[in-house]
Parts: sequence; structure tokens; C-alpha cells
Amino acid sequence: MLIRKPPNLSELEVTPYELYLNRRKFIGQAGRIALMAAVAPSTLAASNLMSEEAAAAVFGAQEDELTPYEHVTQYNNFYEFGTGKADPARTAGEFRAKPWTVKIDGHCERPGDYAIEDLLGRFPSEERIYRLRCVEAWSMVIPWMGFPLKDLLAWVQPTSRAQYVEFTTLHDPDQMPGQRRAILDWPYREGLRIDEAMNPLTLMATGVYGQELPNQNGAPLRLAVPWKYGFKSIKSIVRIRLVEELPATSWNMMLPREYGFFANVNPEVSHPRWSQARERRLGEIRRRETLMFNGYAEEVASLYEGMDLQRWF
Amino acid sequence: MILKSAVWLLGLVPLFWTGFRFATVGLGANPIEAVLHWAGRWTLILLLAGLSITPLRRLTGWNQIIKVRRLVGLFAFFYASLHLSIYLGLDQGFAWSFIVEDVVERPFITVGAGAFLCLVPLALTSTRGWIRRLGKRWQRLHRLVYAAAAMGTLHFFWKVKADTFWPLVAASILAALLLVRVPWQRRRRAEK
Repeated sequence: MLIRKPPNLSELEVTPYELYLNRRKFIGQAGRIALMAAVAPSTLAASNLMSEEAAAAVFGAQEDELTPYEHVTQYNNFYEFGTGKADPARTAGEFRAKPWTVKIDGHCERPGDYAIEDLLGRFPSEERIYRLRCVEAWSMVIPWMGFPLKDLLAWVQPTSRAQYVEFTTLHDPDQMPGQRRAILDWPYREGLRIDEAMNPLTLMATGVYGQELPNQNGAPLRLAVPWKYGFKSIKSIVRIRLVEELPATSWNMMLPREYGFFANVNPEVSHPRWSQARERRLGEIRRRETLMFNGYAEEVASLYEGMDLQRWF
Repeated sequence: MILKSAVWLLGLVPLFWTGFRFATVGLGANPIEAVLHWAGRWTLILLLAGLSITPLRRLTGWNQIIKVRRLVGLFAFFYASLHLSIYLGLDQGFAWSFIVEDVVERPFITVGAGAFLCLVPLALTSTRGWIRRLGKRWQRLHRLVYAAAAMGTLHFFWKVKADTFWPLVAASILAALLLVRVPWQRRRRAEK
């Protein structure tokens, strides 16, 4: 297993990403107008205005309209509330997202039990419009509210032994009826390599469409890792642990041939049972081509330089 | 005939109900997936319903029911054709290279295609003309329905990610409908 040292954070370029954000924000506020790629990314690249990858990230290969709030909150994979897409909205109504405590522990200088209000107070949220690509080959464009995980990690100060970040969801079958069946090995667990966790894109999401997260979207705190398949974006987080070894992750434990640890969006690596080359953007009729790293290659490809992505899927 | 009219109605209800929902509340965030799954569900339901007619007749002595078996079977084929068309047209957008790759490389699609192929000759030879023309061979040909139902159930089972509840229900019903025929097959063979 290739263990990478966390990259020098000052080398991470944030500016092109902020440009991307501002354009997305403008599009979102301009009444969800579809962004037509009026100028093909290759033309922009040819004119040296920006790299082809940056242009693709900013404009997308095709339009990127926001997914309506109704769909974002009524079409969910959240097996803790049932395995149907409509189940979470139906059964998560009584879920208590407050009071909520997140235990942060493992190899760090400031472990502790943090109330969600503490986190929200210490790390102000901003709007981030991200694509979410499910492993099932459908996708959405979601305006999250949240704070970068890297800010939280900077505060808790991981030690040099922290190679990975492990996340755990609440385990409470009384509140989460789906947990009464052993569909997955509860509680849901996920993880990131420390450099993935420190990437500016990795978001601790606390809201959507400018409001608090609805229960079915993973209230009150969830991950949004837009360059990975959606199952990596763990919901209703109760524990964040800095660990030395690669953490076990729920879908990988369930079906290791189908769901890997990295789960980077990659049109060239098919799921054993379906192709990942195309996806259905909700609201569209024709499938669209899936982009490498879900169109975030500019921001994250460097994390995987030299890695065999067929092997480490 | 009241029974046939009832089956006609029941066979068309899912279609009208879904059409109604589509026109009013909509079919959710992913309507193409919704109708694809809906059509597949009804294909399997109707296949199993068709397979339950003969056992029902033998167990209850209700001979009239055999008259609607063909209609139920043809409805199953109708929903199977819908399911296939939605997959080819709406879901895959007639992208033939992707479709061929799916059929060849994804086992659950291979058996799905196989199930449909088994149903085609059954639909084509469902008429009285063909029953006459084929004679004894008709009965043998139409045993393909067992293969179709088995492959359809496997297709469903292999498609789901983790929640195997409904595929297992379908498999159990199919197993029961096949097992109940075993003693009758044995008796018929013994009589020959």
C-alpha cells in the first residue's frame, strides 16, 4: 500500500478553485440558469486563458444546473432510514439532530466531545455548490453549506501518526428504522486518507440550499467529498478519529469487489455490474459522460499521481 | 366473459396508474429509473401470476381460470417489452456500444436479455393457430416460461445492491410454484 506523506499545504492552489466557486455561486443565485458551455473548454485552453482541466472544472463538460431542492431532499440513499430512495424522506421525520455531539479522537492534540453548536460557532459555514455522483450512476448538483474539513483538522492538530481520518455515523435503531435490519454492518463507517481530508474541497456540510440539513440528507453534519462516489460522503457523523491504519469502510466490508476505499469517480473503471462511463444527471433525459474525478481533476488529480486507479478503486 | 374482462382491467391498471401519477405528482427525481423498475416489477409479478394459474386450477378445481392464462402471459410479455424498451431507449438512449457491453459483460443484464428472448417465441406462438400447428411441441416449447421466470428472478436478484428482500420473496414464490408441479409431473410420467 502506497503511503503518501501529506503534501505541503502551501503548494495547494486555491485561487482557481475560488474562481470556480464564484462562478458557481453566480449561476446559483442567477436563478438556476443552465450554464451553456458557450465556449468549448478546448478553445479556452487553446487561447491560454486557463488550462483545459480548469476550464472543464469551471464550465463542466456540459451544463450544470442546480438540482431542485425537492429532489435533493426526496431522493436519497440513506439505508439507515430504508433502502428505497423515497424512504429517508418518509421515515426520518422524527430523527433528533439536536442535541448532537461529535467525538473527535485518535492521533490528535485536541481530542474531545464537541457539541455541534461549538463546531458551527468555531467554523463558519459558506456555500459550496458541488456535483454529487452516486456509484449507481446518477448525479446531482447540490448547493451545500459547510466548512472545510481541513479547518477542523487544523484546529484538532493531527499528529504525525495520523495517516487517515475515520468517520462513523450514529447507531440508533430506535431512531433509524433501517438499522433494525442487517443490510449493512451498522454503524456506517467511512474514511479518507489524510491528504484527501486536508484537500480544500473536502467539506463538512451543515446545510443545503441555505438551510439546515434535512434529516434525510444526513443532519446535522455530513461529509461532502465531490470527487468520490456518493457513498464516501458519510452522513449524520458522530465520530471523527485520526488513525494510523487504513480504516474499514462499510460498503467495502459488504462487497469488497464492488466498492473500494478510494472510490474516486472514474469513467474508466467500471463497477462489476454496470459501467461508470456515463451517468444520469437528475432532471435530464439523456445520460451524460462521467468526468474523471467528477470534474474535479484540477483540484485532486495530484493526490493520486503514480497510483494504479484500476487497482486502488 | 367476466374473468377475462377483469384480467384486462388488472393488466392495464398499473399502466394507467403510473400514467396518472406521471401527469400529476410526477414520478420523483429519477422518473426513468422509476418506470424502468416499475415495468420490471410488473413483468415478474405477471409471470409469477401466470405460473400460479395451473396450480390454482388443480388445487381448487376452478377450471375456468385456465382461459385467462394466455392473457396473463401476454400481459407479462407486454410489460417485459416495456421494460426492455425503456432500458434501450430512455435509460441507454440507444447507445448500442454501451448496450452490447452491458449484455456481454454484466451477468444480470445477460440473464435479463435471456429471459426476454425466452418470452418472445411464447408470445408469438400464443395463438390458437400456433397451438394447432405445433401440437405436442407447443407444450414443450412453452416450458420456456420456467426459464424466463427463473432468469427474470435472477436478473432482479443480481441487480440490487444490498437489499435482497423482494428478490428473495420472488424467488420463494417461484420455487413454490415450481415445486408444486413436481408431483404432478411425476404422476403424468408414471401414467405414460
